[in-house]
Amino acid sequence: MNKLQLVDAMQMRSDIPAFASGDTVNVHVRVVEGDKERIQQFQGVVIARHGSGMSATFTVRKVSDGVGVERIFPLHSPRLAKIEKVKEGAVRRAKLYYLRHLAAKAIRQKTGG
Amino acid sequence: MTGLLGKKIGMTSVFDETGQVIPCTVIEAGPCFVTQIKTMDRDGYQAVQLGFAEVKDRRTSKPLQGHFAKANVKPKRLVREFDLANGAELQPGQEIRVDSVFTKGDVVSVIGTSKGRGFQGVVKRHHFGGGFRTHGQSDRERAPGSIGSSSYPSRVFKGMRMAGRMGGTQVTVRNLKVVGVVPDSNLLLVKGSVPGAINSFLEIRKDKPQ
Repeated sequence: MNKLQLVDAMQMRSDIPAFASGDTVNVHVRVVEGDKERIQQFQGVVIARHGSGMSATFTVRKVSDGVGVERIFPLHSPRLAKIEKVKEGAVRRAKLYYLRHLAAKAIRQKTGG
Repeated sequence: MTGLLGKKIGMTSVFDETGQVIPCTVIEAGPCFVTQIKTMDRDGYQAVQLGFAEVKDRRTSKPLQGHFAKANVKPKRLVREFDLANGAELQPGQEIRVDSVFTKGDVVSVIGTSKGRGFQGVVKRHHFGGGFRTHGQSDRERAPGSIGSSSYPSRVFKGMRMAGRMGGTQVTVRNLKVVGVVPDSNLLLVKGSVPGAINSFLEIRKDKPQ
């Protein structure tokens, strides 16, 4: 292992479940308000996994009150309390950016729900 | 100690306490060895000379071999002087490691040699705007434009910015924050980028409090 990987390995998390594009996940995010900390949940479809190693991220999309919301999380961020895989998807692409243009019903069909 | 010598390993990112991503450079800093102590009586000023990175005996000149033998250390590739911290007791031959010099939160300057860029034009070297790309221009796209007047002064002023060798010079980056120290593998993590290519030598100095 080279010295750069060593620095990365010190911070990488080992508690991340295997999930892929198309899966529905529930991300538990630690939110700090003043001196209090609480958990906020964000549930949606993973539409992309990006990068490798320490800098890997994933994008989750959900439709909230008719407005599409996307959040990009660093995979190894200490701010993520937990990543829960809710549902396995059945998609044939790694990046599901086309879901942005589809209606809710079409998204359900596409992601195998 | 007020500083250390090191080698650039590369860049990565770390998470801070609040979970924010901080871009940082990994530097292999030390272990350095004290090769000489400059004293008021003998040299007229106070300093400590450090050596870093092993080198074979046969690649070291005889006078330098003698200099290292005096301090009882193996020949080193890089030798630099540092200010002597007040009240610091150092002996020639003493080993100095990262964790004894730097702690998280320190502010440092990093001195290195920038990457050599070769012979470059004015657009890259001095950020000139170049000329028009259209309107019938033929060879003006990256040209420097006028470099002065004609009959008076009939010469080009000294220091006129022109094409030429770029990079490969000493560059100092100040006010870099130490975001981590890994004593086991002699690593120092500083926020931001530092000059030079990977594996190039660096001088890391503690900034004086302002």
